[in-house]
Amino acid sequence: MRKLIANGVRIDDTFAEAFGMRATALIVTAGSAGWARQAAATMTGFATSVIGCGCEAGIDRDISEKQTPDGRPGVRVLLFAVSTGELQKQLAARVGQCVLTSPGSACYAGLDGEEHLKLGNALRYFGDGWQISKRFGGKHYWRIPVLDGEFLCEATTGLTKQAVGGGNLLIMGESARTTLAAAEAAVKAIARVPDAITPFPGGIARSGSKVGSKYKNVKASTNDAYCPTLKGAVNSALDANVGSVLEIVIDGLTPQAVADAMAAGLAAIVKLGPRRGAVRVGAGNYGGKLGPHHFHLKDLLP
Amino acid sequence: MKPLVLTLKERPPERLDLSPLLPHLLAEKSAAEIARIGVQTTRRPLVVGDVFRVRMGDAQRLHIENACDRLDSIGHGMTDGEMVVDGDAGSQAGRLMTGGRLTIKGSAGPWAASAMRGGEIEIRGSVGDGLGGPLPGEMAGMRGGVVIVRGDAGDRTGDRLRRGTIVVEGRAGAWAGSRMIAGTIVIGGSAGPLPGYLMRRGTIALGSVATLSPTFIDCGKQDLVALRLLATFVGRYSTRTAKVLQRSLRRFAGDMAVLGKGEIFLAGRT
Repeated sequence: MRKLIANGVRIDDTFAEAFGMRATALIVTAGSAGWARQAAATMTGFATSVIGCGCEAGIDRDISEKQTPDGRPGVRVLLFAVSTGELQKQLAARVGQCVLTSPGSACYAGLDGEEHLKLGNALRYFGDGWQISKRFGGKHYWRIPVLDGEFLCEATTGLTKQAVGGGNLLIMGESARTTLAAAEAAVKAIARVPDAITPFPGGIARSGSKVGSKYKNVKASTNDAYCPTLKGAVNSALDANVGSVLEIVIDGLTPQAVADAMAAGLAAIVKLGPRRGAVRVGAGNYGGKLGPHHFHLKDLLP
Repeated sequence: MKPLVLTLKERPPERLDLSPLLPHLLAEKSAAEIARIGVQTTRRPLVVGDVFRVRMGDAQRLHIENACDRLDSIGHGMTDGEMVVDGDAGSQAGRLMTGGRLTIKGSAGPWAASAMRGGEIEIRGSVGDGLGGPLPGEMAGMRGGVVIVRGDAGDRTGDRLRRGTIVVEGRAGAWAGSRMIAGTIVIGGSAGPLPGYLMRRGTIALGSVATLSPTFIDCGKQDLVALRLLATFVGRYSTRTAKVLQRSLRRFAGDMAVLGKGEIFLAGRT
């Protein structure tokens, strides 16, 4: 493996292998920024990985009241799934259980697209016949009477088939503390990139996985090559000075968004340097045969 | 390119039917061909050349100048382009229109925007009765598009409205939104007696207190997100009328004499 060093941080000559996904975006608004965030955080909870959660979701960014459709503070949320059917199911379930129920909320399409997913069109039946359809300005809304007034929801939202899931960075540091510091810096930088999310807790996954397992019913298992406690026991990918590894997984609405997010994360890690942050950065792939999108770390360096 | 201009020579001796004069019908026609189009409504043949001076230009921008209230069916079934009427229009202006933009700088007669499906109509003056409404025998009136009236509107504004938005900056006559099926009417000024008479669904917002039928039920003061969106939309056409929707409004549900899923928003009452 060719060695590439930036600001003392070793960058592996490898690439992140990512897959095509179906994605959609929503704008959730509420009476205050706090409640808009609450609704968005609730609907993107338990959405870390498509393997166990059905979808991957996260908050793209906060939107000021000047930019939302209804002039109230809002949040843009992105949702990713492996199929249109699953994305539709997750969207209806999550908006129905988490946004409809949140005080003062309203929900709008966050993405234009040729194809659409049902939003209000799926939730309107909650109105039990008292739902009101409104069309103006080229938009279609549903008004559903609820206990604090009305839940207003756009009828549909856009769907994109150009989305990419599985962009990633493997952050390796000498201690758990410095590795976490590097990962946090990367997540903070990625949060500023539009159209990309980091779906894991706080944007960080500590249980990076590999495909398959010794047990026949387990589809994914711990990535032993990167577990510091197994350095001597398995064919480890880690050097002697690496004591901790964290992974950041990135989903984006376009391949470019994922590349931008990885570049932003990488730049933040490099800037922090090896003493306070990571000594080495790698990326996860499956040999390049499974996913159509390859993001080479050397191309993403600042 | 300059617009195609038809200037009325003098007030015609009879009502004229201008429905053949539409941007998409005049495209690629020569001045002589346009001058031969019949516009009579009696047995006596009358062509465009008899009553209008034609100045050729882009048919997508069709101007009718020196217009008067005897010019009926202006923009009837218009699909695209832009029509500007300098003066008044007769009855049924913009009837069955599906797209484009029709501007009437003067006033319009009855049944303007009748059964309109799409596009935009702006009437700078006032408008007669039955704005957007159906002609006798039709089941529904306007079902799409936007109508802005800068002046006042006559009786039965938005009769049997099915979809689309009607904005009246001034006052409306009696029975505004009568028999509404759905859609939206915003009236900046006052409305005559019994707005929303027999409305089934849809939204009417009024700028001042009106005499409602007792079959409208007070639902109390509401601050609805839907009205904020509507205010933003109406504000694109009329800042003045959008203010009606930015106040604290009382919702009245009705007409309970029929389906009762419509609503009238009124300011001022406590």
